[in-house]
Amino acid sequence: MSNATAVSIVGVGAHPFGRHAPELTGMSMGADAIGAALADAGLSWSDMDYAVGGSNVSGKPDTLVGQLGLTGIPFVNVRNGCATGGVALATAANAIRAGEAEVALVVGFDKHPRGAFAASPADYGHQDWYAETGLMITTQFFAMKGRRYLHEHGLKDQVLAQVAAKAFRNGALNPDAWRRTELSEEEIMAARVINPPLTQYMFCSPSEGAAAVVLARSDRAADLCERPVRLAAVTKRTRRFGSFEVFAPWLPPEAGVSPSVDAAQAAFERAGLIASDVQVAQLQDTDSAAEIYHMAETGLCGHGEQQQLLDLGETAPTGRLPINTDGGCLANGEPVGASGLRQVREVVLQLQGRAGARQVGGSPRVGFTHVYGAPGISACTVLTTTEV
Amino acid sequence: MTTVGVEPGLFASLEPPRLAGSRCARCATVTFPAQRGCPKCAASDMVPVELADHGTLWTWTVQAFEPKAPYRAPATGFEPYAVGYVDLGDVIVEARLTGDPAGLEIGMPMSLTLLPVWDGVDGSTVVTYAFAAEVASPGGAR
Repeated sequence: MSNATAVSIVGVGAHPFGRHAPELTGMSMGADAIGAALADAGLSWSDMDYAVGGSNVSGKPDTLVGQLGLTGIPFVNVRNGCATGGVALATAANAIRAGEAEVALVVGFDKHPRGAFAASPADYGHQDWYAETGLMITTQFFAMKGRRYLHEHGLKDQVLAQVAAKAFRNGALNPDAWRRTELSEEEIMAARVINPPLTQYMFCSPSEGAAAVVLARSDRAADLCERPVRLAAVTKRTRRFGSFEVFAPWLPPEAGVSPSVDAAQAAFERAGLIASDVQVAQLQDTDSAAEIYHMAETGLCGHGEQQQLLDLGETAPTGRLPINTDGGCLANGEPVGASGLRQVREVVLQLQGRAGARQVGGSPRVGFTHVYGAPGISACTVLTTTEV
Repeated sequence: MTTVGVEPGLFASLEPPRLAGSRCARCATVTFPAQRGCPKCAASDMVPVELADHGTLWTWTVQAFEPKAPYRAPATGFEPYAVGYVDLGDVIVEARLTGDPAGLEIGMPMSLTLLPVWDGVDGSTVVTYAFAAEVASPGGAR
């Protein structure tokens, strides 16, 4: 896309993820994150030409204009499950590329009740029996896809504990993380079984929080930000025939690739980079197994190579391919609408050298983010410093 | 006491239990439940097909916590239960699994059965489909 208008990130902000006071609304957290991102960019709401907001359950984001200021700008609402943040970012970036805006704000927020998500069958095109008889539960899918993946690629259950232990180690270094207590692999393996092979600490929990990003046309970014981060690609895909997806009463015997494979490939192509260029990555880790298979689906490693990478500590902040450096969904929980923007914020902080105790070494110049969600959607970004 | 399927369209018959799917007349893709259009080739010529009643376990887990509504717990209260996908050859079907999960293994032979889930308002027994691990009889025959 050499002729396309380049888009950069000039500010990031968040309201910490976790459990907050009952009276603190998702939308209020969204407003906090917007304030933080605008302050980071040194801009005000009235400087924004365009806005996109994502929330799955906590209200219509565009109503925030009542608090932020009625400047009359276009404000698009996005509700794309766990991929909401990525889709919101893509929508705003495309508005800049289309010449509709020079500076745009993207926000995501959610406030979920405790416990696993419960989905309405009708919302996903299924009949009531599917949920009433005890199928159609997201955690079952994660356990079953994980078990099948470990079986097909000769991985041991221990990798699930290794991923979770890394997430909580990273969370302990992140002042904004929800879960900041390290847990040993033994404690994780011995914890309450939720859906075997996954235990309590191998699952992320629905939580609360918000994140926001300020985008600018790249020719303006240098004036707005000391170290702008280029949004080299942002892509989104839905599932194709044969991929094993959440809420699937049946599968064809012929295996197909997941939307994560398609979205990641498209992102690297558009960025003109390859997966091995990535120096820091945030992957959808709804559960430990998801991080494992998403490492390969996004092209960051080959199928079955995860064991060696984990054994060598290569996905830790000190390794060759740091993954989920802020603790990921496992240590931050998942406010669905905000999660993808949390990933983008983390990569921006890492590329700018502002990630504090969890800063990866080697001055990374290429970062990657990936979200995946029901009913088979994925969004990916490739983020680079201006030197790339 | 009568037995009724939780969703009549799922079953080609209840005695013996058989599942009702659909097969694309153009590309032979088999779906379950039956649907009107083919998700692979987008043709709209799906014909009813009865699915195999034996297969192999493709993956599985146990539902260890009680799901939120719209799940309906049995009248006797929630007990953990196994779920899985069973490869029937031309389609892989998600299902409840009956019996002790302790012995479940990917690749093991499974056969179709019925699982009572709740009582109907008219006193009937409402059943869903499920798969059970096949146990070799002492004589060796299935």
